[in-house]
Amino acid sequence: MDEKQIIQDFPIFSQLDRNGKTLCYLDSAATTQKPLSVLEAMDTYYKTYNANIHRGVYHISELATEAHETTREKVRAWIHARSTTEIIFTRNTTESINLVAYSWGRKNLNAGDHIILTEMEHHSNLVPWQILAEEKGVELDFIPITDAGELDLEVYRQLLEKHPKLVCATGMSNVMGTIPPSKEMISAAHAAGALFLLDGAQMVPHMQVNIRDLDADFFAFSAHKMLGPTGIGVLYGKESLLEAMPPFLGGGDMIKRVHLRSFSANDLPYKFEAGTPAIAEAIGFGAAIDYLAQIGMDAVFEHESEITRYAIHELMKIPGLKIIGPLTSSNRGSAVSFTLDYVHPHDVAQILDRENICVRAGHHCAMPLHERCNVDASTRASFYIYNSLTDVDRLIDGLKIVHQLFGQD
Amino acid sequence: MDDLYRENILDHYKNPIYKGTLEPADLSFEDENPLCGDHLRIDLRVDEKGNVTDARFSGHGCAISQASADLLLESIIGKNIEDLKKLTKEDILDLLGIEELGPVRLKCALLSLKVLKGSLYGIGQKDEDL
Repeated sequence: MDEKQIIQDFPIFSQLDRNGKTLCYLDSAATTQKPLSVLEAMDTYYKTYNANIHRGVYHISELATEAHETTREKVRAWIHARSTTEIIFTRNTTESINLVAYSWGRKNLNAGDHIILTEMEHHSNLVPWQILAEEKGVELDFIPITDAGELDLEVYRQLLEKHPKLVCATGMSNVMGTIPPSKEMISAAHAAGALFLLDGAQMVPHMQVNIRDLDADFFAFSAHKMLGPTGIGVLYGKESLLEAMPPFLGGGDMIKRVHLRSFSANDLPYKFEAGTPAIAEAIGFGAAIDYLAQIGMDAVFEHESEITRYAIHELMKIPGLKIIGPLTSSNRGSAVSFTLDYVHPHDVAQILDRENICVRAGHHCAMPLHERCNVDASTRASFYIYNSLTDVDRLIDGLKIVHQLFGQD
Repeated sequence: MDDLYRENILDHYKNPIYKGTLEPADLSFEDENPLCGDHLRIDLRVDEKGNVTDARFSGHGCAISQASADLLLESIIGKNIEDLKKLTKEDILDLLGIEELGPVRLKCALLSLKVLKGSLYGIGQKDEDL
């Protein structure tokens, strides 16, 4: 990986703050920065062939449609899905999961049915199921987290004996970086007769994913966490499941014919894409995939692992600092959350901000996980392709300033 | 160093004067800041004229929310609750000695005022009413 070239590809890193400091961006688990190629792809669409898609018979509409659909093919290839009919564009991971909850869940779940979730889920993979549970009387079971920040698979096996209809779990924790053994969990769910929804929001940006090999039934992720724009995400679903599901949102584009009192739904994937989609964002998303493809996901994962290993090593030297989650540096993502026993995460983040270091402070949309770990909030640093070991050094130096102000010595 | 972390604020955070609870209290209210999970409870003792005779806060939170609570309670002892109802965002920023605060941290600073007003009115206050 050519670190210097990568930094140059991201305009935001050439800016200095009012104190002349470069941006030390350690919040890629929330959203990533965007390379110039992504911004230019969107800009070119708006400047030279802006038109609505799927309808126009004129040239620029055809160009726009082709660019939009090319991204769908790139996404298909990226996750090794069988067909583009299985790739549905949504707004983001959250909407993808809600789509499954509303469409598949409402049709297929009844009072007394069980859904298995985990204690490390993002709110986006909890609340849609809580809403469904409330509405339909569905029971929610939870795979607990061990003290090492892993899922307790023994309990998972016991929960599967209740014959759940669905298992929903993350492929990588956005707080702890834990990578659960998704393939093994999916095959266990299938053996118990359950479908599996895999939350890939933190997974797809950081590692190779072969969805056919994993065999997840539903898979959700967002473009903006993998160098793409906000406002576009993906729901992958196995074609037979998507075919049998009722539409989610109704409106233009998702229909074949409309009468005053009835409609017939469009074919996949358009059946689930009502209204004008995020066209520019789809085009930017395609450019983001091209950018990552040119680096290669094995190189991305290896680069992040190296930084994460160094970060954990250096953070553990700081007195009063406790890392939430796995301390192993192999087979883990780059999100590293920690607490300092003498200072609140908000104050940590505020002091780091003065050094132009961006970290996340709070519960990172995983309040139950923080409750489980008996902390109100934590500080999270997360790394991506444009970060280097120097960013870790800046973080550690920033934490020394925090210690000077708040340390009780 | 930064205006936000001046000696005064750090001192009230590290060595708060009014931290604790009052049992029994005449007025009591608690609330939280959902953005960061900060939680604050304020207990007040009020005499028959409506003047605050004692006050305590408890809970957990960042330096800004904790120092703001300590400074606020220090400022209200002996005051009448009718006057406290008129306290504004600017009064809190004056106590903290801060001119400006970003919208996220402003919520931390104003949590104490939100809880105080909740105790006076017996209901939660919306941020925009402060």
